[in-house]
Amino acid sequence: MVNERVMEKLGILADAAKYDVSCSSALSKRENKDKGLGNAKGYGICHAFTEDGRCVSLLKILLTNHCIFDCAYCVSRKSNDVKRAAFTVQEVVDLTIGFYRRNYIEGLFLSSGIFDNADYTMERLVRIAKKLRLEENFNGYIHLKAIPGASDELLKEAGIYADRLSVNVEMPTEQSLKLLAPDKNHKDVIKPMHYLKNEIAGHKEEKKRNYKAPLFAPAGQSTQMVIGATKESDFEILGMADYFYQQMNMKRVYYSGYVPISYDNRLPAIGTPVPIIRENRLYQADWLIRYYGFNVNEIVGFNQPNLDLDIDPKLGWALRNLNQFPVDINTADLELIKRIPGIGHLSAAKIVAARKFKKLFPEDLKKLGIAYSRAKYFLAFASPFQLQKDLTSLQIKDQILNSQKSKYKNDFSNQLALF
Amino acid sequence: MTQIIYDGTYEGWLTAVFEIYEYKLNDIVFAKKEASATLLFSNNHLVTTDIAKAKRVLEGLKPRLSSEGFEGIYKAFLSEVSQIEEIMFRFVQYVFSSSKNVEQDFGNSIVLDLKKATRLTRKEAHRMEAFVRFKLTKDQLYYGIIEPDCDVLPLIENHFKKRYADQRWLIYDAKRKYGIYYDLENVAVVELQFNSKFNSAQYLTEICDDQEEFFQSLWRKYFSSVNIESRKNMKLHVQHMPKRYWKHMIEKIPEIK
Repeated sequence: MVNERVMEKLGILADAAKYDVSCSSALSKRENKDKGLGNAKGYGICHAFTEDGRCVSLLKILLTNHCIFDCAYCVSRKSNDVKRAAFTVQEVVDLTIGFYRRNYIEGLFLSSGIFDNADYTMERLVRIAKKLRLEENFNGYIHLKAIPGASDELLKEAGIYADRLSVNVEMPTEQSLKLLAPDKNHKDVIKPMHYLKNEIAGHKEEKKRNYKAPLFAPAGQSTQMVIGATKESDFEILGMADYFYQQMNMKRVYYSGYVPISYDNRLPAIGTPVPIIRENRLYQADWLIRYYGFNVNEIVGFNQPNLDLDIDPKLGWALRNLNQFPVDINTADLELIKRIPGIGHLSAAKIVAARKFKKLFPEDLKKLGIAYSRAKYFLAFASPFQLQKDLTSLQIKDQILNSQKSKYKNDFSNQLALF
Repeated sequence: MTQIIYDGTYEGWLTAVFEIYEYKLNDIVFAKKEASATLLFSNNHLVTTDIAKAKRVLEGLKPRLSSEGFEGIYKAFLSEVSQIEEIMFRFVQYVFSSSKNVEQDFGNSIVLDLKKATRLTRKEAHRMEAFVRFKLTKDQLYYGIIEPDCDVLPLIENHFKKRYADQRWLIYDAKRKYGIYYDLENVAVVELQFNSKFNSAQYLTEICDDQEEFFQSLWRKYFSSVNIESRKNMKLHVQHMPKRYWKHMIEKIPEIK
């Protein structure tokens, strides 16, 4: 059973795992069976939030931080002088069950440093998931890392017990990976993604024909890119993300703003601020692609390789495409309404539902909870709202920036003066 | 003006709705029985809860709404926000007066007011599914205490029943002084008095399982270890995990020494 030594290990191995940002526990429906433990309903639950504002949904730990690799951006790299530890299989099982029963977590997110070789490591991750499912009758959420280089057989077994699998691409381009992670090979990262994509699709088909067919990673696969450690543009980053969404059927691509942890001169120095705003803009762009029907090329491109930092990418797109506005929310298609800055996809759906009852006016929109002060520049209403129509992009941008209290305002007051 | 006095239950409120139509009462305000000791209004109408009448109102509403909209009225009731009975009544009046489903008439403030209350309850129910922290007692009962703004226990019962099918548990609403208890078969409503010293060190050693204190320490350790100091954002932290819930959340209570 768990004891004092576990406390120290938990400190080390949770600390080492925290730079993996994925914490989703959603998208998997795994029903409680035979009066066992746990029931995943398909929506995630955030059980707590750390002081950095991130959600805690899963017990996110490394099995071990011993690692034979020396990736410059990673705290667990071989050459780094940190305390090392390793859990036993039983300790991880006991922690997961003990936490889950107390309603602290939705399940387990298990990753690991590579000790010995890929298969040896992967085999232990799989053994933990298997034990949880078969011996503990655990139906909560399990996210396993697929270790690059592990055999197809092990990946297949992992998919049978896990809800989600992920292989981290880590760097947006092959060159950066080569620069910072000389032991890793881009092909080794892409190969398991391909394998998982096909297995997931195959099992899904099978499930359609036979509802008793086993689940295989029902919450799909995801990946993560470290941003700001190397010099890729947002165009390259989002292009890579788009490739993962289109070609690998990824459920999510995560962007992790690089937290400086090394004096290595290939990397930003310790003390360099975490690129939190840029990370935020990338997530916003990611949402536009997945939920708002935008194409990557509408958001970034060769002549605009980086996202604006001072305004969100949807507003940026609208200002570059004023010819598409104003939009009449009483007649326009849902797809077009979703593109209006200040109107989210839920509000857009509400507008389309509400206008069946009566014609909507500015007052109605304000009550619906949209950001009217932003949206008004793009809406076609009868006078006096026509007043907006002769403003240029720059004027609109200025007015919006002045009217809102951006949480990032301090970061820009100096920078803007330079332009 | 007529003051409608009912017993504070949902069925009581539904009975009241029935009688407002039955007796053609106008210009009404609602009051709960215990709260209306002083009769401010000359006209009082005392409602005796009648399941048959309540059922007729529900049967009238059901075909006029989606299942979500239908349950939304009950959820709004559980929000316990000020004047919720009047908000619900105006909504029900609008539903009955219209020939088509009006629940998506978001240009109408009656619909929006109800929706707002529904959302409040739904949001807090989801939060309580997340924020309940069970402690294990010596006789292997997992118990958790909450003090939500809305009366969410009826909404989270099924979630916990399915999830913890193989353990006995009790969730107690300290604000409303009742709890729900699962005995490995069914969930029952229980009324009990809780010792206010449930967080004391003595209590932990006397009542709790040997491993309980250690698991609480492990959880605190985990919670502090996953934080990234250079990304600290207390505003966001508090926005997601409002302070009013902290007193029952192990990770936010300093360790008892």
